[in-house]
Amino acid sequence: MAHDVHTHVKSNIEFEYARRRAANEMRGQVTTFAIMIFLTLIAFTMVLAGFSAYLVIPFILLLAAIQVVLQLYYFMHMSHKGHETASLFLYSGALIAAITVLTFLTIVWW
Amino acid sequence: MDLNTKYTPHSWPDHPESATLEGKNKFLGFWLFLGGETVLFASLFATYLALKNRGPSGMEFTTQELFELPLVFIMTMLLLTSSLTSVYAMYHMKNYNFKAMQAWLAVTVLLGAAFLGFEIYEFYHYVHLGFTYDQSAFSSAFFTLVGTHGLHVLIGLGWITLLMLRNTKRGFNLYNAPKFYVASLYWHFIDVVWVFIFTVVYLMGVIG
Repeated sequence: MAHDVHTHVKSNIEFEYARRRAANEMRGQVTTFAIMIFLTLIAFTMVLAGFSAYLVIPFILLLAAIQVVLQLYYFMHMSHKGHETASLFLYSGALIAAITVLTFLTIVWW
Repeated sequence: MDLNTKYTPHSWPDHPESATLEGKNKFLGFWLFLGGETVLFASLFATYLALKNRGPSGMEFTTQELFELPLVFIMTMLLLTSSLTSVYAMYHMKNYNFKAMQAWLAVTVLLGAAFLGFEIYEFYHYVHLGFTYDQSAFSSAFFTLVGTHGLHVLIGLGWITLLMLRNTKRGFNLYNAPKFYVASLYWHFIDVVWVFIFTVVYLMGVIG
């Protein structure tokens, strides 16, 4: 193979450090999950509470956007190094997505 | 290939998913695919939003009459929790704990299957009411959008199950680590799409 995998055997200290780092990150993930549950609960409650649609719709869309950002940056690790190209791909898709939805909501029916 | 290289918890790399060239390529290729998936779902969302509540004159079906939030809430919790369990699976892959990863993936699959069960029940219920796929422009757009998501759940379940079965006796190596990683990305993306579905289709549908 042209591409060799460099194998590094960790010393006990390095190993313990890596374990602790991973455990810390996992605790952060659980916090992220708790926030996501909380955002979902707020969204459902807002709708059931029966506030004005003009208030609720932008608000729950904002909650959804926050939840998706959390999912992408923490659960899908986009906050980690080496996700530059991945971000480019995803945001290109998101741009086309936004244009598509905007077009269908404006030009097509009005 | 690294298929036969044996690792120990001490020699297992910090980022097993991108330690090989093949792993790096899978990772990039998969994000490109997710960009494409975003566009696919956007076109279905756009179609749904344009055709929502539209159909033959006198149509008795509207989003407000059809959708029931308790069911949607349960489905949302199931899928959101399955997203966390697949994070746990990847955490154990990082720690070179194959059994723990398999166990968390199994929980993920079970939660996903429960979600799919509820979705099938929901669709069955709508069809029973007469809200079939060809009933109106609204029904076609609804079933295509939510059904495509459901199909993704089904594919994800099959994918993760096959990965688990195929690698049961192998344990970890740098050949299958990127496969597990990419499958978990796919599963998270399914949850990303669902966040928009429960918000745009169900919650906004109940508001009117």
